Formats: sequence, structure tokens, C-alpha cells
Amino acid sequence: MKAFLTRRKSLLAAASAAIALTLSACGGGGTGTGSNPTPVEKPSFAAGTTMEKIASAGKVTIGTKFDQPLFGQKGLDGKPVGFDVEIGKLLAAKLGVPADKIEWVETVSANREQFIKQGKVDLIVATYTINDKRKTEVDFAGPYYEAGQALMVNKDNTSITKPEDVKGKNVCSVTGSTPASTIVEKYGAVLVPAATYSACLEPLRNKQVEAVTTDNVILAGFVNKEPDAFKLASDETFTKEPYGIGLKKGDTAFRNWVNDQLESFSKDGSYKKAWEDTAGAVIKTAPELPAIDRY
Amino acid sequence: MDVIIESLPQYWDGFLRTLFLAAVSGIIALVAGTLLAAARVSPVAALRGFSMAYVEVVRNTPLTIAFFFAAVVLPRLGVTFQQFEIAAIIALSAYTAAFIAEAVRSGVNSVPVGQAEAARSIGMKFGQVLSLIILPQALRTVIPPMINILIALVKNSSVAGAFYVLELFGYGKQLANDHGDAVMWVLVGVAFFYLLITVPLGYLAHQVERKVAIAR
Repeated sequence: MKAFLTRRKSLLAAASAAIALTLSACGGGGTGTGSNPTPVEKPSFAAGTTMEKIASAGKVTIGTKFDQPLFGQKGLDGKPVGFDVEIGKLLAAKLGVPADKIEWVETVSANREQFIKQGKVDLIVATYTINDKRKTEVDFAGPYYEAGQALMVNKDNTSITKPEDVKGKNVCSVTGSTPASTIVEKYGAVLVPAATYSACLEPLRNKQVEAVTTDNVILAGFVNKEPDAFKLASDETFTKEPYGIGLKKGDTAFRNWVNDQLESFSKDGSYKKAWEDTAGAVIKTAPELPAIDRY
Repeated sequence: MDVIIESLPQYWDGFLRTLFLAAVSGIIALVAGTLLAAARVSPVAALRGFSMAYVEVVRNTPLTIAFFFAAVVLPRLGVTFQQFEIAAIIALSAYTAAFIAEAVRSGVNSVPVGQAEAARSIGMKFGQVLSLIILPQALRTVIPPMINILIALVKNSSVAGAFYVLELFGYGKQLANDHGDAVMWVLVGVAFFYLLITVPLGYLAHQVERKVAIAR
């Protein structure tokens, strides 16, 4: 329903723009599908850098998730929305690429490193936890947000309040994800593997699993959609998941540039606004930009 | 290459689960499929109709839908199981039984009608004609297609990896994510363990066929 409305709105916006014969891309925010940051006009970069390549091509390919409410979710109108998407748009704008020239590619947990290495995406903003193992494959800018692992249970469940409570119980998570290995290796849960986090909802509803585990922000998205069915087992998180922006390994110039941009978003308030437009709908306290890891 | 060796415990666990899914579903499907084929040639119209409807519906439905039904829709209807292997076995055996039934029926059709007439003329009932005369001959002629179906079953069991069962394919996805640098080798490993089931199965079929085949 919401997607339908936003689509109507954006169609209206497109129609009125066409009538006014304005070709300016400065839409400002508020089309409903998230913001539309003003692209920098003719940004100049050193020759040979990734920034220069993207800027002169006038388009950028960004990987994100399509099924994570609040961060990266693709609705029926085909436009992904969420905090990750907003960060991607802000970066694209700094490269002189307007939001409608961004090509969004779905990157699920298992294909992210490969997509970067094969050049299928220029960068990935997809609730992508920075860790040492992944650092050997790709480079990370950021972190731009620090999430933490949490548990989601059925509304009427009182037996699980902390991770120690899931020992020997069925817990659903995504195959191969960091939260999945943590809950099994550290807390002794029995993993019920799913292809996506949204696929974990049915088994939880049917009580075939006792809990779903992943980063708190992702779970908050599900709770937000169905507050009568699910709840977070606790507000506390039990891991630190610094989300980074995945880039091609060795592209230090691009990484430094992205890091600089993240800091500028924090200063000029666009970071806070991106949060409030998306995840802020559920998690009221706006985060501070974590200290950038310039390794 | 190293990734395969260091992940052997996961591969082995996945291999055993795939083998378990395929073996249990295979046995159920063989029995159910033969019963369906028997119903298809029985003198009772209702049985014939049921068998035909079942085979046509299930054979023409994608396996993923069968899995979705078993793993997601059944629990909604109140049939829940703590082990998703059960859902996988239901989906795989229900699906495979339809194909087995068709293979057996083609075998039954290959038995000369004179055999059945001769059996009836000495006073045998339908059950006896079928179980003593027709089926033993029919099953011998359908060993190659039957093995094809079972090999397909082994490979089809990989769909379970997308429906909450950590079998070979499920582990393959997990390992691919853990070892983003060696996805090729991870998949080579997965393929190897599937071949470990399917190649011997083909060989076995060849041997059985040589032993029981009837020259016509």
C-alpha cells in the first residue's frame, strides 16, 4: 500500500516536472522514496582515480540488500529505500551522479566479495560488517554505522531474554552470515539456515524456531512491520557489527575519498537526516558517525 | 583446494544429510510410486482417477512449490515439525513418487497383454496378476529410467538447502560466504560429494540391469 502511494507520488512529481519543463535534477527531499540529494556539478578528481572514472561516466553501480527493511529494501516500484540506500545516494551525489543514474544491484551476504572483485559493482553499502577475513578480499571505508547482534522472538515468548537462553534451541539466521556463526559457536544454538532474513519469519511464527538472530537494526525493521507478532528479546546487543562500505581491494584513493565524504556527511547534517528519513522511524536515537577506521 | 580439506567436517555433515534425504525419500517414493502405478492400472475407476490426478498435478508442479508447501504452508495449517528434514522428505518423496509411478506404468505397458490373460485364465485375481506376473516383469524393464529418477532425486535434494535444511548445498552456500576467495573450490567440493552418490548409483544400476534384464 505504501509502495503504491509512493509510486503515485513520484509519478505525480515526474509529471509536474515534465509540465514545468524543468530539467534540473534538484528535487530536494520528499518524493517518498527517500531523498534525492543534489549532485555536485562537474566534480573534478585526479585523472585515473575511480572517482574520476565514475564522475565522467555519469553513472555508478551500487550493491545493496533488497530485503532489509530500514536499510535496503526494494518495493514494488523497483526503487530500493533505506539508510544504506541514502548513504549510497549521498556518495553518488558527491561524484556528480544523480539518484536516478544509480544502478542498484542486489548483493546478498554470500556474493558481496565476488561482486566487488569482479567489478559488478563500484561499491557496496549493504549492512556489510567489517572483519579481518573480509579485509583480505576487499577494502572497507567507514564504518558508517555500528550495529550489534540481537534476538527476535514471538511476542508471547518470555523464556529468551539473553543469548545464553538459546543453547540447544532452534534459531534461524541466514546461511553463512556472521550472526549465524556467532550464535552457534558462542552460544550453542541449533542453526536453522534460511536464504534471507525474511525467510526466517515463517518458522518463527509457526514456533519451529524459538528465535531469529541478526543485527538489531534488521530485526527492528521486522518488529516495526509486525509489532503484534514479534519483539526484540532485549534492547541490548551482544556483538559489535561495524558496517563498512565495500570497495575494491587496493583502491586506497577511493577509500580515503569515501571516508572523507562520510565525515563531511556527519558535519553537514546529511548523515543525521538520512537516518531520520529511514531507520529513524523505528530507532529514534540518531547514531553518531563511528570513528572512521583509516587502516 | 585447501578450503576443501579444511572444510571436510562440514562437507561430510552435509554429505550425510543429503544421503539421508535422498535415501529416505527414495524408498518412500519407490513404494508410493509403485502403489500409484498399481492404482493407475487397477479395475477400480476411483483409484485410476486419483492416481492420474495425483501424477498429473505433482509431475507438472515445480519442486520448489512442493518444498514451499511442505516447509511453509503445512505449518500454517497446523502441521508443524521441529525438524525441517521432515518437510524436505515430504516434498521430495511426494514429488519423486509421481515420476516413479509413470516409469512403472510404462513398464507395465511393456508386458505383453497375453501374460495377464494367461494369468487370469488360470483363475488369478487382479492383485495376484499384478504382484506375481506383471510387476516383476515390469520393474525389470524400467531399471534405467528408475535410476535416472533416483539420480535426479539426489540432485533435487539440493533445493532443501534453500528451505532451512543444512545439506550439501546449504553448506556450500555457507562455505562460499566464509571463503569469498575460494568460491570455485568450495563448489568443486560440493560437486565432488554429489558425484560420490550419483556415480556409484549409475554403476549399480548398470550391474542390476545386467543381472535381471530380460531379452525380448
